[in-house]
Amino acid sequence: MGTTEDSAAAPTPAATDWSEVQASPDFAELRRRLRGFVFPMAGLFLAWYLLYVLLADYAHGFMSTKLFGNITVGLLFGLLQFVSTFVITGLYVRFANRVVDPAADKIWHEIEGEQP
Amino acid sequence: MKVLAAGVEGSNPTLNISIFAVFVLITLVIVFRASRSTKTATDFYAAGHSFTGPQNGIAISGDYLSAASFLGIAGAIAIYGYDGFLYSIGFLVAWLVALLLVAELLRNTGRFTMADVLSFRMKQGPVRTAAAISTLAVSFFYLLAQMNGAGGLVALLLGVSGTAGQAVVVAVVGVIMIIYVLVGGMKGTTWVQIIKAVLLIVGAFVMTVWVLGKYGFNLSALLGDAVAHGGKTGEALLGPGKQYGATSTSQLDFLSLGIALVLGTAGLPHVLMRFYTVPTAKEARRSVVWAIVLIGIFYLFTLVLGYGAGALVGPETINGAPGKVNSAAPLLALALGGPILLGLISAVAFATILAVVAGLTITASASFAHDIYVNVIKKGDRSAAKAEVKVARWAAVVIGLVAIVGGIATNGQNVAFLVALAFAIAASANLPTILYTLFWKRFNTTGSLWSIYGGVIITVGLIVFSPVVSGAKTSIFPSAHFDWFPLSNPGLVSIPLSFLLGYLGTVLGKDRADEAKYAEMEVRAITGAHAAQAVHH
Repeated sequence: MGTTEDSAAAPTPAATDWSEVQASPDFAELRRRLRGFVFPMAGLFLAWYLLYVLLADYAHGFMSTKLFGNITVGLLFGLLQFVSTFVITGLYVRFANRVVDPAADKIWHEIEGEQP
Repeated sequence: MKVLAAGVEGSNPTLNISIFAVFVLITLVIVFRASRSTKTATDFYAAGHSFTGPQNGIAISGDYLSAASFLGIAGAIAIYGYDGFLYSIGFLVAWLVALLLVAELLRNTGRFTMADVLSFRMKQGPVRTAAAISTLAVSFFYLLAQMNGAGGLVALLLGVSGTAGQAVVVAVVGVIMIIYVLVGGMKGTTWVQIIKAVLLIVGAFVMTVWVLGKYGFNLSALLGDAVAHGGKTGEALLGPGKQYGATSTSQLDFLSLGIALVLGTAGLPHVLMRFYTVPTAKEARRSVVWAIVLIGIFYLFTLVLGYGAGALVGPETINGAPGKVNSAAPLLALALGGPILLGLISAVAFATILAVVAGLTITASASFAHDIYVNVIKKGDRSAAKAEVKVARWAAVVIGLVAIVGGIATNGQNVAFLVALAFAIAASANLPTILYTLFWKRFNTTGSLWSIYGGVIITVGLIVFSPVVSGAKTSIFPSAHFDWFPLSNPGLVSIPLSFLLGYLGTVLGKDRADEAKYAEMEVRAITGAHAAQAVHH
């Protein structure tokens, strides 16, 4: 059994100056882009969800309007919540794979590379 | 205490129990195999960080989709129509909070528990204790609701009536759960959840196709038939308001519930702990993607199953059956495929309870052993870390026994509010603290303590003074009157207040945030540097 003890939560070796990495332009740029994506996106889906809940809660007539056959506005909006959840998931994964991972890996190698 | 009548008519208890026994046998074999590679604390709590993203994603859906979300939501849609559907949307959208803001950062900074992250840059003792108390409270309320549900479910599915018989079943469920956790640790628990998720989703898929097939795969025709069988108010099934639209208080209550559902998921400790079972943040991301897809598809199935039960079984038959709304999905199985399909679906419902309670028990025992015993009582002493797994196993036994006693003591009472309470505490005490810890540089120990304790105390306090506990016919004490808070779901008040308390504690507290620790946490959270590595056996 080749156990590697976890390094997390163990005292950090003094070799890495975290504040220095935090202040580096590469890290600042990565953090800016990450926050620039996740915060607006979180705001967006929460607002859209809240709008949906408020409509379902207070606009019964509108939500019960039949669009075609027995499919109502409410049902369509509900299904659109599923669609938007899947779409945002896809967008985030694409963003993370293309933008976050390469930049994070670069900094990771700079940190872990110093202390083999 | 009401004694439930015999089970669903046409059900064959021997067949149901046999199918369930086969599930238990198979999972026990797997759990015992998993025990061979469960030695260290990392193995026991986090399955050696060695599951893949897809495996963990399936396990997450197995951990998350409780019997309430299967039987309860399908039944609510059958009876109340559209309003039942609202729950599933909240439960699904909530995963975006976990995906965008929590999962990866948490995986990179912690090892085993939620408290690992919350106490990372704070004063260890007080913040860990607070986070552990919140973890134990959420897990225990959730666990109690599940164990209580197990008693009611057997009446329905196995035809076990009478409190003594139901007590025996609750005890059996509890003992199997303890064995899973004790023997298999997180690895065993994860496999149980994976098997259950596959069974549940395949079962729901088969029934969904079956129902749709009866209507030529025309959803509108299915809805029309549900309306036709819905009696005088059948038309109302297609729009919102049948369950929550009665008064302005019930509307506000629904808004409150909707907010707690969407913000609670990413603060549920048993959900957070699952992110530690994978080796990297990227795998944590893949886990959530798999979970979102599986959970989303499952809730689409329940939409069809709910309206299908309304159309093919009818609300009167459902309301007349033991277990009422919970019997909609089993009755639909019986109408479609006779006793054999009913037996399969019953066994799946049981497997669901087992997988969820096992996940809750390992979370609570990990928090007790890792947070309270090792890091608070023994102050992170290395010799204590050796005894850690032993303490966790004992904690699992004690928690399991308490859950059995609680499940039997509350048998026959409606404790569905406990699930809403667990979500409300997770959304109030845990989520604000997690977000502040990860994203707000100034956030400090005082802020953490205010938001965690404030969230727990306000949420529980509001429930105590709500119609859940007194003043209404359905209350625990119907004749007492201390119900000055009108809502049964406290989230609307408790979540903003907890965010505010976290802010005020930080601004007013005398302690300063540890900037060096924040730098370390932020860099590690985003880059994955020094993250806990997978164990290779």
